[in-house]
Amino acid sequence: MRNAIPVLTVVAVLFALWYGAAVMLNAPWAYDKAKRADVTLGFSELVADTWSQDKPKLPAPHQVAVEIWNTTGEMAMGGRAFSKRSLIYHAWVTFSSTMLGFALGTGLGIALAVGIVYNRTMDMSVMPWVIASQTIPILAIAPMIIVVLNAIGISGLLPKAMISMYLSFFPVVVGMVKGLRSPGPMQLDQMRTWNASSAQTFWKLRLPSSMPYLFTSLKIAMAASLVGAIVGELPTGAVAGLGARLLSGSYYGQTIQIWSALIMAATLAAVLVGLIGLMQRITLKRMGMAE
Amino acid sequence: MMWIIAGLAAWAFGWWLNHVLSQWPRSRFTQLAVPVIFGLTLIVMWECVVRGFDIPTVLLPAPTQIAARFAASTGILWQDFVQTAIKGALTGYVLGCGAAVLLAIAIDRSTFLKRGLLPVGNFVAALPIVGTAPILVMWFGFDWQSKAAVVVVMVFFPMLVNTVQGLQDTDSMQRDLMRTYGASYWQTLFKLRLPAAMPFIFNGLKIATTLALIGAIVAEFFGSPIKGMGFRISTSVGQLSMDLVWAEIVVAALAGSGFYGGVALIEKAMTFWHPSQRGRA
Repeated sequence: MRNAIPVLTVVAVLFALWYGAAVMLNAPWAYDKAKRADVTLGFSELVADTWSQDKPKLPAPHQVAVEIWNTTGEMAMGGRAFSKRSLIYHAWVTFSSTMLGFALGTGLGIALAVGIVYNRTMDMSVMPWVIASQTIPILAIAPMIIVVLNAIGISGLLPKAMISMYLSFFPVVVGMVKGLRSPGPMQLDQMRTWNASSAQTFWKLRLPSSMPYLFTSLKIAMAASLVGAIVGELPTGAVAGLGARLLSGSYYGQTIQIWSALIMAATLAAVLVGLIGLMQRITLKRMGMAE
Repeated sequence: MMWIIAGLAAWAFGWWLNHVLSQWPRSRFTQLAVPVIFGLTLIVMWECVVRGFDIPTVLLPAPTQIAARFAASTGILWQDFVQTAIKGALTGYVLGCGAAVLLAIAIDRSTFLKRGLLPVGNFVAALPIVGTAPILVMWFGFDWQSKAAVVVVMVFFPMLVNTVQGLQDTDSMQRDLMRTYGASYWQTLFKLRLPAAMPFIFNGLKIATTLALIGAIVAEFFGSPIKGMGFRISTSVGQLSMDLVWAEIVVAALAGSGFYGGVALIEKAMTFWHPSQRGRA
């Protein structure tokens, strides 16, 4: 709580900067309009104009807020929450492919981690490639994956989810390998004195002690998975999803629409990562591992 | 059929070789050989599967086709590499990381700013920042300047958070020692705190290399001059010339790993004293 005041100050400064930048960036267009209408702009008129243009270079925060409200809350109240013009619908499309990719990526990541911990050959041959795989800018392949999968008849959620999966499995592998190896020699010896089988050691010692590592990686994986889903929507000329909103906004110069999609994506990321944080706190508390 | 059997045989042979090698004591040789054999096995399998099942080139070209295309169009590939990786990604990377380190040193003097900026920075680092690409392309035009701007925004926050954390990584004993020497703020900064922060700074720099290439390529999807890796990939997908797309991906992979490897080498040279580096030698 003692961080609240500094954080709020920083956020307030950011908003002030945003409004200031909106004036600066939009001023040329405002002057241009005024010149054509043969009026001279006073300072207050200039500010009022720059904060209320239709297609500003940088929309002011309240314009974005109004646009978000118009495409979410108001449409929901009108009973059209899932109409194609509603941002809730687009966020839902992105959310579903994020979740599918996240689930696939987490599953793959845990499976690989178990293999790496228990098999020396896999450890030595796969682990370097897992790391190398992330130095490749995979998002570059996104359009191709989608086109190829489309060509063999897979379309819709799965291609986008594949990209999310590729981005999200890496943190899980790295975190889980660390976590599964975290029990010390003392604890492993203790399991051996109890004559535990290797399956028992896994379920009763290794898996529980990897939980803190797992949740930390899940947070990173979730953020990465959302990025994957949004980028996966870009190159396909997708008609739905936050990425598609970004793209159509950039085609038609609808800056307010871009910014509202961006804020929506940020909110989605914050909510999803926050949810995992909450799960982490509850789980670790019940396991008696909370700090 | 022959190809599929050959593929399976290659897989079995590669795995067996790796199994044998991994039982040897760990040395430089085995740590290099095992992953290389694994990679080669995968490529051979790929070739065999493509030929064995007669997969059309439009879906998945064989590695040999990609290699042929790569050799045939080095001119285009080099031009795209310069446009995207050097002009876009590298410029943005240097600017973004430099600015983040300078800002981190600046806010490090104020506890208030640190407490305010760190949570915000951590939050922003988790956001899908690539989404700002269309806006920045609108502001800075289609050429590489807008790509560099996207890269700056993408690398800035992870770098800031890492540097601030690194600057805090000295304990009070060490700082007290500097004070007994009568060291000024700048002396303490350059002789104690920046060197101590190096492992964190390099961690940030390594994360940023991947982000930089991704940012530069994705920004090209929103508009670019008629060269650049992202541009080439999206137009070649449209023309269904998949071998060129794959050649471009090979370039991206080489650039990405080269970039990362370069930073890792510098890290090794500069933080040789740190336990995480000494343990591996």
